[in-house]
Amino acid sequence: MARATLGWIVLSWVGFALLPWYGFERSSAATIADYFVSGSALVHGFRGAGWLLPILVPLVMALIPVARPSEQRQATWLVASGLLGLALIVLQGFTIGLNGWTLDILRSLFGEPGPSQAGMGYGAALTSASFLIILCHGLAARGWCRGDAFVTSSIGVVIALIVVFVFFPVTTILASAFADNNGNFAPYEFVTKFLDKSIWGLDCLSSNLRCGVAWNTLFLGLLVGVGTTALGLAFALIATRTEFRYKKLLRVMSVLPIITPPFVIGLALILLFGRSGALSAVLWEWFGVPRSRWIYGLPGVLIAQLLAFTPIAFLVLIGVVQGISPTLEEASQTLRAKSWTTFWTVTLPLMRPGLANAFLLGFVESLADFGNPLVLGGNYEVLSTKIFFAVVGAQQDQGRAAVLSIILLAFTLGAFWLQHAWLGKKVYTTVTGKGDAGIPLPLPRRVALASYFTAIPWALFTVAVYAIIVVGAFVRSMGRDYTPTFEHFLTAFRVERGASGFYFSGSAWDSFFATVKVAALSAPLTAAIGLLTAYLLTRQRFSGQRSFEFGTLLSFAIPGTVVGVSYILAFNVPPIEITGTGFILVMCFVFRNMPVGVRSGIATLSQIDKSLDEASLTLGAGSATTMRRVVLPLLRPAIVASLVYSFVRAMTAVSAVIFLVTAEYNMATTYIVGRVEAGEFGLAIAYSTVLILVMLLAIVAIQLAVGERRLGRRSASAAPSPVAVQAIP
Amino acid sequence: MTLKKTFTAATMLAGAVTALSFMSAGAAQAQGELVMYCGVQEEWCRAMTTAFERETGIKVSMTRKSAGEVYAQVKAEAANPRADIWWGGTGDPHMQAAEEGLTVEYKSPKMSELQDWAVRQWEQSKQRTVGIYSGALGFGYNTELAQSKKIGEPKCWADLLKAELKDEVQVADPNSSGTAYTLLATIVQIMGEDKGFEYLKALHKNVNQYTKSGAAPAKAMALGETTAGIAFMHDIVTMVVDKAPVKVVAPCEGTGYEIGSMSLIKGAKNMDNAKKFYDWALTADAQKLGADAKSYQVPSNKSTPVPPQAPKLSDIKLINFDFAKYGSSAERKRLLSKWDNEVKSLPK
Repeated sequence: MARATLGWIVLSWVGFALLPWYGFERSSAATIADYFVSGSALVHGFRGAGWLLPILVPLVMALIPVARPSEQRQATWLVASGLLGLALIVLQGFTIGLNGWTLDILRSLFGEPGPSQAGMGYGAALTSASFLIILCHGLAARGWCRGDAFVTSSIGVVIALIVVFVFFPVTTILASAFADNNGNFAPYEFVTKFLDKSIWGLDCLSSNLRCGVAWNTLFLGLLVGVGTTALGLAFALIATRTEFRYKKLLRVMSVLPIITPPFVIGLALILLFGRSGALSAVLWEWFGVPRSRWIYGLPGVLIAQLLAFTPIAFLVLIGVVQGISPTLEEASQTLRAKSWTTFWTVTLPLMRPGLANAFLLGFVESLADFGNPLVLGGNYEVLSTKIFFAVVGAQQDQGRAAVLSIILLAFTLGAFWLQHAWLGKKVYTTVTGKGDAGIPLPLPRRVALASYFTAIPWALFTVAVYAIIVVGAFVRSMGRDYTPTFEHFLTAFRVERGASGFYFSGSAWDSFFATVKVAALSAPLTAAIGLLTAYLLTRQRFSGQRSFEFGTLLSFAIPGTVVGVSYILAFNVPPIEITGTGFILVMCFVFRNMPVGVRSGIATLSQIDKSLDEASLTLGAGSATTMRRVVLPLLRPAIVASLVYSFVRAMTAVSAVIFLVTAEYNMATTYIVGRVEAGEFGLAIAYSTVLILVMLLAIVAIQLAVGERRLGRRSASAAPSPVAVQAIP
Repeated sequence: MTLKKTFTAATMLAGAVTALSFMSAGAAQAQGELVMYCGVQEEWCRAMTTAFERETGIKVSMTRKSAGEVYAQVKAEAANPRADIWWGGTGDPHMQAAEEGLTVEYKSPKMSELQDWAVRQWEQSKQRTVGIYSGALGFGYNTELAQSKKIGEPKCWADLLKAELKDEVQVADPNSSGTAYTLLATIVQIMGEDKGFEYLKALHKNVNQYTKSGAAPAKAMALGETTAGIAFMHDIVTMVVDKAPVKVVAPCEGTGYEIGSMSLIKGAKNMDNAKKFYDWALTADAQKLGADAKSYQVPSNKSTPVPPQAPKLSDIKLINFDFAKYGSSAERKRLLSKWDNEVKSLPK
């Protein structure tokens, strides 16, 4: 018996017999006694909650291999114990609810209302987790995944988390696609809603009517995917392969849009290009270009999304471009290929995983984006806003929202399949343990020029947008009254000195602190789970791997509004009752943003030769050690990408959290949305600039904490100074 | 050795999860004694919260959301309600919630002090929701733009059909906004259904954009993005008070209105406190707070002073708005899908 397995068996008993099985009532404060023993499942079980007692059976079963260490059947006992334990907990949790039996059959069999119980607490969580791990250890002992308990446990934990926080809520809401407004099963309504002309109409091809919202969304997504990938590649090439002087500046600027709260880019674009915008005014007065409303609609949304999502493509691609081994390029040149030929036939094909991932992320982000179409969409409708207003709008038709979500989901998953098909089974490994002494080639002239011509005007444009934002925070009313003022900052972030120290009296402080707290908690969790999943997907082989990968993408593909509502539907009642807490916000962010960690992890990992891991394993290190000492250091760009991304998204997401915020945990973005609704653009922009600063600081801190990846490559100049900098872990 | 590392890793994960759930428990315990979902502007919500806390000592946990969002949330939480009272926001979702039994009936001792329209709405909803303020629908125009385009002063709904206003009128999409649905219902009630839809089809040619949110046209007018916009008059007044070059118009043919409402949530955990708030919110003192927070609706208590900036209800020709008929979900679905098929699908 392994010590770890033993530990988990002990923990399963602790969860059952010591810790409180149920969550606490909100109104009453818990005493110490509630935390220990008296609230445990064992005590509850003997005091009337008899349905908890059968869980003792699997608990005892887990003890059998401990008592009698006969090697052969140990694993079987562990597997059986884990499975039975989980099944019993799930069964009692879902059949006995807050108001008695949850199923009509049980009510008619055993009478109304039946026993009732509250939501699960620490004890239940710990016991369930222990059963899961015991099950995974048992499976490993039976030879799954080459008997590696770390791998089976990781797979088990990730699957369990995805099932609980993605599949469970999502199926809850998608089921409503097949129901009418009263909750009855109505498949006919689904078909009518699904085939609606406003979704699939193709009138815009033949006449000046509008096309269906599905085509609109798809078209916008494709444009954004291609655009962000091209721009991201240009930035990545300039940042890694040229002697461009302002590289650092370029990097900072290309990252700025990602840390900008929603609505702000849209507002800035309106203030620049709207009919009475600053640039429109200049164009009208100097060149006589008539003021028009062209920004509202496809062009506006496209520009805003390109601004917002290029950084994601850049973050994905920079790791990939850095990782391409110069050796192959040098080989190509030695064989007398021209630099253009080398770029076209060697460098670019090696970037394919990065390009495909960048495109996929751009496409999916565009599909899920809610803020920009809301502000700039005009009459160009997309699915995400349509879904939002199907839930909260005058129609109040949740079924319709679910139908639209299914379409959106289908698009995303379709893109995922295409990407897989395109990448195929080719090998993209360029980071190997072998001596790798190439110098990255300078870019061919035309590629360099093309990159400069795309990236620099874009960077200047970004600067203009941000100049507007900064100005907007310090003037009374952008577009009308340019009197400089600090009034917006004072309203939001006033700090007074009271009798007992400082008092944060500004109206934004509460949401500010809550947001920073939630973001700081969710970022490391997201990165950890995302990269662990990426590792399992690229480095391990197990059956059902494809569907596993699919599951990780699911939460990303579903629009925020739907996630928000589904979280309330799923987690407002026992057995998992966590609405109104900060925990639900953290979980929502972790599972919404995890796919970015997974994607950037996969992109980077597919470049790293497996022989590096194998060398480590051959030398006697376990999977966990290999992961920590070999894989993780090589994954640094991916770690930075997923940490930064998840932190930033937790601070800037809107649509998912609108339904999850409470008085206690109000998020910055919902505050900003409220300000925008009230027409107080100044206050909204001022708050946003503060958030941008916080996120910039966080990004710098993350970069410093994680450090850069050191690949054994010579640099063109023999200056030793960069090494000293890079030596900091 | 491997397993030891595994154990450490696994424990760390478990530790993180446990720590998080502790965080959640702390939050759960700190809930206040009255949980309120607030459907108006943030300032007004805050003013109400602090005033009530000062008066009664009951701690209020307030969350601000738009009326549609509150409805969606109350419906989703129906099995285990989190909120006690839903105060503010346009009447339609309140009526819808009443129809679906998400809210409960209550007769406040203050009912006698209320305006007729507030009492009527309370009766129509089987005593489940009560009017706390009302606002008339209207439109406005940007005076600077109107001058430079030489557009005469529009005074009636019919004036919005003028050829000079082609692509110059903004209104929300009734599918997403209660404001725009009020317009739809108002036009149908003033002109009759057939003529009303003829009007809306003609208006379609002049509409540059169907916005998502009902108040957006007011903002677009203030910024000069559109010449005319249809919205609730108090939303346009807010822009005027903010010194935007905008003029408010009460249409000469008459106009409809919304009733901002208040409902008690069914299964509320703090029902007694919620009722206390309900009674208090109907008093003149509580209703005065709206004007201080720059919200210029007309209060429902007869003795509340009407804010001077508010559009005078006496100057506005109000129609006898049939909330029971046009607030029912069947009629709403029918009108919305008719509008979708006959108006929105038209070429420009």
